[in-house]
Amino acid sequence: MKTKLVMLSTAVALTATMASAEEVRVYNWSDYIDEDLLAKFEAETGYDLIYDVFDSNELLETKLLAGGSGYDVVVPSGTFLQRQITAGAFQKLDMSKLPNIDNMWDVVTQRTAQYDPDNAYSINYMWGTTGIGVNVGKVQEILGEDAPIDSWSLVFDPANMEKLAECGVHFLDAPAEMIPAALKYIGEDPDSHDPDVIAKVEEVYAPVRPYIRKFHSSEYIEALANGNICVAVGWSGDILQARDRAAEADNGIEIAYHAPKEGAQMWFDQMAIPVDAPNVEGAHAFLNFIMDPENAAAASNYVYYANGNKASQEYLVEDVIGDPAIYPDAETLDNLFTTTPYDSKVQRVVTRLWTKIKSGT
Amino acid sequence: MRRAVLILLPYTWLAALFLVPFLIVIKISLSDTALAIPPYTPTLDLTQGWEGIRTWWAGLDFENFVFLTEDDLYWKAYLSSLKIAVISTLITLSIGYPIAYGMARAPEEWRPTLMMLVILPFWTSFLIRVYAWKAILSKEGFLNQILLATGLIDDPLIILNTNTAVYIGIVYTYLPFMILPLYAALEKLDGALLEAAEDLGCSRLSAFWLVTVPLSKQGIIAGCFLVFIPVVGEFVIPALLGGSETLMIGKVLWEEFFSNRDWPVASAVAVILLAILIIPIVLFLKNEEKQREAEG
Repeated sequence: MKTKLVMLSTAVALTATMASAEEVRVYNWSDYIDEDLLAKFEAETGYDLIYDVFDSNELLETKLLAGGSGYDVVVPSGTFLQRQITAGAFQKLDMSKLPNIDNMWDVVTQRTAQYDPDNAYSINYMWGTTGIGVNVGKVQEILGEDAPIDSWSLVFDPANMEKLAECGVHFLDAPAEMIPAALKYIGEDPDSHDPDVIAKVEEVYAPVRPYIRKFHSSEYIEALANGNICVAVGWSGDILQARDRAAEADNGIEIAYHAPKEGAQMWFDQMAIPVDAPNVEGAHAFLNFIMDPENAAAASNYVYYANGNKASQEYLVEDVIGDPAIYPDAETLDNLFTTTPYDSKVQRVVTRLWTKIKSGT
Repeated sequence: MRRAVLILLPYTWLAALFLVPFLIVIKISLSDTALAIPPYTPTLDLTQGWEGIRTWWAGLDFENFVFLTEDDLYWKAYLSSLKIAVISTLITLSIGYPIAYGMARAPEEWRPTLMMLVILPFWTSFLIRVYAWKAILSKEGFLNQILLATGLIDDPLIILNTNTAVYIGIVYTYLPFMILPLYAALEKLDGALLEAAEDLGCSRLSAFWLVTVPLSKQGIIAGCFLVFIPVVGEFVIPALLGGSETLMIGKVLWEEFFSNRDWPVASAVAVILLAILIIPIVLFLKNEEKQREAEG
């Protein structure tokens, strides 16, 4: 194990030193961009783009804090970004190299400023909500026409879960989102950092735990689309991608996404430049490219997530800009909450609780 | 002189690839976590000379090891990993032994082909082969489709994301590591010994137990070690095929490292894991040596 780790870090260090100035290395979430944009960036700027993907903030953070990740652009979510800024993992953006920054949307930048004051280190790539995706036909067949598909009670009420277990329920393996959701369901402050309040989540999960097939943060897209599962607690755009894949496959599966009416978490994925990025110039070129209205719109049209780019909105297709699941109306927006990062002591409580919830020990 | 070089070579190898990394891990396990790059403190600052070394030394303590004893999660994970490793070693042995035996007894011109068949899976990436099991074992997977089509079952079996899937994955992956040393030991076996045993009135079965098995003991030991040791720390197979019920120390280590960002506790978990593995193995090998000396 140890030798493996050391070899791994040596390999990472090697790739870091080998990264030439002509390459731009981007580390983004999986299923999170229109790949035509990558080719377009290379054609426009002449840089070679190396594009790698991850599916958890934790993985990204570990790479960043190990140092020498070799990436020029990374995409952490708000709370993680805030902590990584404190750790000194990022460099300030050079606004003179980002003329497209004027396209950004104040509704989003106001909110991201709570993680990154003055938005000095990051730009918003996409934002969305954490909610529930359902296979409408299956769920209504099991729970009846009036199944509460727009409420957390669908997945936290054992009476519902007992019946849904058979057709398959996945939860995100992301404690920073699943614990606030459960707190919201029982009427507590979802952003509570009090270990005693957080501990109450255990009682929410205990009765439904036997009915959850898996905790995973990316498998549910495919599983929902091909009918392997019928309910997933997941990220808005991922579930809408599942809806799209099912429609393309024409397999008779209808997927719907809802940000639960009790309140859902709103999150922001921010693009930032690591402090030791080998190609700072290229990183800025990539950020500026992404903030181009047509490019931002192309990305949103492809991944079904809202972006933080005001100017891009005229290029968005009706399916995206007109869908309240993606661009919520003012009333829904009020009902969304944001969270702040846990300190290391509370983080340990949260992770331990999450392990306990998942494995029963 | 030549002897010294010959002895020095493997020890240098061991020091560079095992001892030095291990000392680094021990060092991190005695540190405290910090929100910084790298995420622990203290770090050794040699530019400050002696003073730097002294402050570094003063910052080290055993706090993380004490922490591991305070939460039963870690002991449960160690025990569960050992259990999974013991069971899968026994299964691979009971499947691997007949295969190796058959290979060793096969006509000589077949053996290279049979050997090839055992090694063949290594030509494909290990990750892809484990992923393939997901396609076989999932609810809508090949296995369920075949069983449903033949009418053997009425409802699809839930195998993926359970411990059963983990055992299947481990046994499949580690089987060649069991077969190869067994085959090496069995192939050397002198057939005349078995004939002699039978001439002296031994039945074939007892000849197998009294002659073949003891003479292949070295192969059994080597095979079991090759399977048991990596399985205890296995992470990929339980992560891909296991479910939430699968508790293994590799996963706990991953979580300490990635979810808690607690490198010191993760390192402490790794140090204890090594101690759990290495101490009994060293004792076992010492005992073997003594026996051999006593016999010799």
